[in-house]
Amino acid sequence: MRRIVLWAMSTVTVLVLLFSYSTSRGSSAIVAAETRQVTTTSKTSDSTGSSSGSSSASSTDSSGQQPTGDATSDPSATSSDTSDTSGTSSAAKTFAGDAVLTRFGNVQVQITVQSGRITAAEVLQVPWNDRHDQMINSAAVPVYNEETVTAQSAQIDVVSGATYTWEGYTQSLQSAIDQANL
Amino acid sequence: MSRPVTRPRRSGDSHPAPAPGRRAWLEQIMGMPISIHLRGEDLDRVAAQDAVGAAFEVLREMDSVFSTYRDDSDLMRLRRDEVRISGCNPLVEEALRIGQEATVLTRGAFTTLLPTGEGDLAFDPTGLVKGWAVDRASLPLTELERISFCINAGGDLLIGAHREVPTAGPGAIAWRVGVEDPLDRRRVATTMTLTRGAVATSGTAARGAHLYDPRSGQLVGRPGSVTVTGPTLLWADIWATALFVGSEATSEAFATSATDYLSTAL
Repeated sequence: MRRIVLWAMSTVTVLVLLFSYSTSRGSSAIVAAETRQVTTTSKTSDSTGSSSGSSSASSTDSSGQQPTGDATSDPSATSSDTSDTSGTSSAAKTFAGDAVLTRFGNVQVQITVQSGRITAAEVLQVPWNDRHDQMINSAAVPVYNEETVTAQSAQIDVVSGATYTWEGYTQSLQSAIDQANL
Repeated sequence: MSRPVTRPRRSGDSHPAPAPGRRAWLEQIMGMPISIHLRGEDLDRVAAQDAVGAAFEVLREMDSVFSTYRDDSDLMRLRRDEVRISGCNPLVEEALRIGQEATVLTRGAFTTLLPTGEGDLAFDPTGLVKGWAVDRASLPLTELERISFCINAGGDLLIGAHREVPTAGPGAIAWRVGVEDPLDRRRVATTMTLTRGAVATSGTAARGAHLYDPRSGQLVGRPGSVTVTGPTLLWADIWATALFVGSEATSEAFATSATDYLSTAL
């Protein structure tokens, strides 16, 4: 069987920080139209870096200021979330996965990568008009951590939420991860 | 069929090794990502890997029988009248029986007869197959000494452990479960700590999803969610769905007949 060690998709519940990542794919337009909870900043210079981005992104959610993981978290990622003011490695970039056509419509996932880690996953497109709404009943972000998800300062091992079930989700996610060279 | 979402860590990258005592596997089965998480001692033992493999195999078998996406599943062949129920995997008849029992117990708030695109009703046990499949898949994991596990199937989860792992006190392996805020998916609305048991959440997000209400024949689009905890994911999931769409009668039935289960409405 295929066995996969998970990438830590940590702190999905915090810090949703989407820089407009200008590429030929034109993904930022989709982002603005489709995603919730997005604070789009203009291309931020490295000197102002993630700290200014963080504060604007978390203006509606104070818990977004607390992306610190547990003691096992990557210290470099933690520091870049909070106080890093230098270095391109801390700049968050987004990668939109391919839009995957399922029998119900397109599914497209976008990830935000910071310091080599996925800090957020967003659903850009989902099919809503189908008879499988009982299964496909939300646009949740799957949270799979081998370490921890930190939310509102409480250590969380797993998250229960309304079912996110559709074909194509992981395919699109995989293509986003491929693009990010993770 | 299943495609890995993620890939192994490369050696030499900047990430630290996983915290000791935790491992996770992920496969895409039944149209959703399903992850199995182990905590405890000696997680690299062959028996642990075999048990995880066996658990995923159960999930794949359930998918091959009940998938509504696969034309060759027993369920779809049954729905096309290509085969009688007696010619299907015995699990199909059991699903029918469980579904009927659930409809009675929930006072009609749960059904396995769902509307098709053509406007008629068809037997679709999707709403119970996931929880049931996870319950069945967990059995090999309970044989692993000194290990606690969590199976997360698209936000519904089952936590268990070997019978000798204590349920409380020193040596207990507790899982902190965050329940997503249905109105703001970035937030965790509440948390609960379990050493054994299922947690199922049904509901809709802010983005206009729906659950089917069999009594009205309508889709319920109000925001919110219901989380149910209890011994099995099969019944936790059934009750979570039923309580979300159901009426006062369903809530009363839950209180009187599902005494091992607790619900939280958000």
